Amino acid sequence: MSTLKLDLENYKELLKEYIRTKDEQALYQAEQFSKHSMQHNISPEEIINIHVQSLQEIYPEMPADIQASMNFLLETMISYGLAYQEHQALREKQLELKSELSVAANMQKTLLSTKKPDFDGIEIGAISVPAKQMNGDYHHFVQDQEGSLGIGIADVIGKGVPAALCMSMIKYSMDSFPHKRMEPSVILESLNRVVERNVDSSMFITMFYGLYNPQSHKLYYSSAGHEPGYYYHHDRGEFCEMDAPGLVLGVTKDAEYPQKEQQVDPGDMIIMLTDGVTECRQGDRFIEPEEVLEIIKKYMDLPAQEMVEQVYKHFEKLQDFQLRDDFTLVVLRRNV
Amino acid sequence: MDFQSCVNIKKEWDIVGARQLGRDIAKKIGFGTVDQARIATAISELARNIYLYAGSGKVCFEAIDDMNHKGLSIIAIDEGPGIEELSQVMEDGFSTSGGLGAGLPGVKRLMDEFDIVSEQGKGTEIKVVKWLR
Repeated sequence: MSTLKLDLENYKELLKEYIRTKDEQALYQAEQFSKHSMQHNISPEEIINIHVQSLQEIYPEMPADIQASMNFLLETMISYGLAYQEHQALREKQLELKSELSVAANMQKTLLSTKKPDFDGIEIGAISVPAKQMNGDYHHFVQDQEGSLGIGIADVIGKGVPAALCMSMIKYSMDSFPHKRMEPSVILESLNRVVERNVDSSMFITMFYGLYNPQSHKLYYSSAGHEPGYYYHHDRGEFCEMDAPGLVLGVTKDAEYPQKEQQVDPGDMIIMLTDGVTECRQGDRFIEPEEVLEIIKKYMDLPAQEMVEQVYKHFEKLQDFQLRDDFTLVVLRRNV
Repeated sequence: MDFQSCVNIKKEWDIVGARQLGRDIAKKIGFGTVDQARIATAISELARNIYLYAGSGKVCFEAIDDMNHKGLSIIAIDEGPGIEELSQVMEDGFSTSGGLGAGLPGVKRLMDEFDIVSEQGKGTEIKVVKWLR
């Protein structure tokens, strides 16, 4: 109460000063006064009340009609005051949500983290960047008991929290599969059943799964409606599309995922990505798939991890540093 | 608790009547201009809810004067459809006022105490109190 009274004195003096001098200095102080009031959650009707009281003290002879008009003004400000308070409350709530979300995003990072395995003669580069706080893309490396390397890359149709929740489920089902022999077609069939049982029918997950055998240098892969990958033939200096027929995960219970095979020669590269890479936009224009390959080619001489990072930086810049979709790119290169 | 008076709400015009009576009582109790305006706005909101969603009901006023506590208690009663999701209508930004800051959360802000009881198919009773400081 005492501070408010102090403010009234203060306001009265400022007002007097301004009426006397019509000075910019006083107006600047008025601005400070309003900011100070906002910090203390003073609503507009209270400011008007202070104004009326100050006027009454400065002009004790103020006509009653003018005074009445001031009450009229005060009345019209009540709703503005309420809207202002609501705005403050919503702002606080928003901050709360934001910090909650960033905790969740950090948690997701830990949950979905995957370690790039060390393989003799194979180099791996991987990058995954969410468009918003939570990532709806997922990639996963796993080594099976026969020494083969499994690589999964998945994308939930949709972004944000629901997509992220969905991905955590995928990750845990994959972890629970037996690590004996992780055939891509078997993995996708099992995941499809999990998704079909547990995920709302409006949510779809696409996935590309590859299994690389470092002894035979063979790659086996299957796709569940995922963005096709690319295969780079070192000897020809040529990229080929890598795709396999297969339905998006979760559509029907008994979907089948035919598996394809590819001989991997020294210098060859396996490129897996999500549509956040191929559907980059420059202004209103979607980039052409060839542009992605050109950029990959441009940085091909770098170590695999640097290469994917450079490619990401290129497209981040191209989109003015505002990703529209989660961006995931995984590259595997056979060195010897 | 010396007297209680009520205004029946059937037409939009009755909202004005409720405001008037509420303001008169508030003035008598000794509320200042700002609080009078706040009380009137809260009454408007309560009465308008009755008019819009219940069709009819009443708003009652009671001056409180026990020992060292003085204040105004307002009770809005209707026999309308009731409110299904109380937590939802008490949430900021939800009200059908379209973000005009009012609604029931607004009433709660304007007053010092707020209590609501609502039963589906039976009606709603909202009690608010403003204390004189």
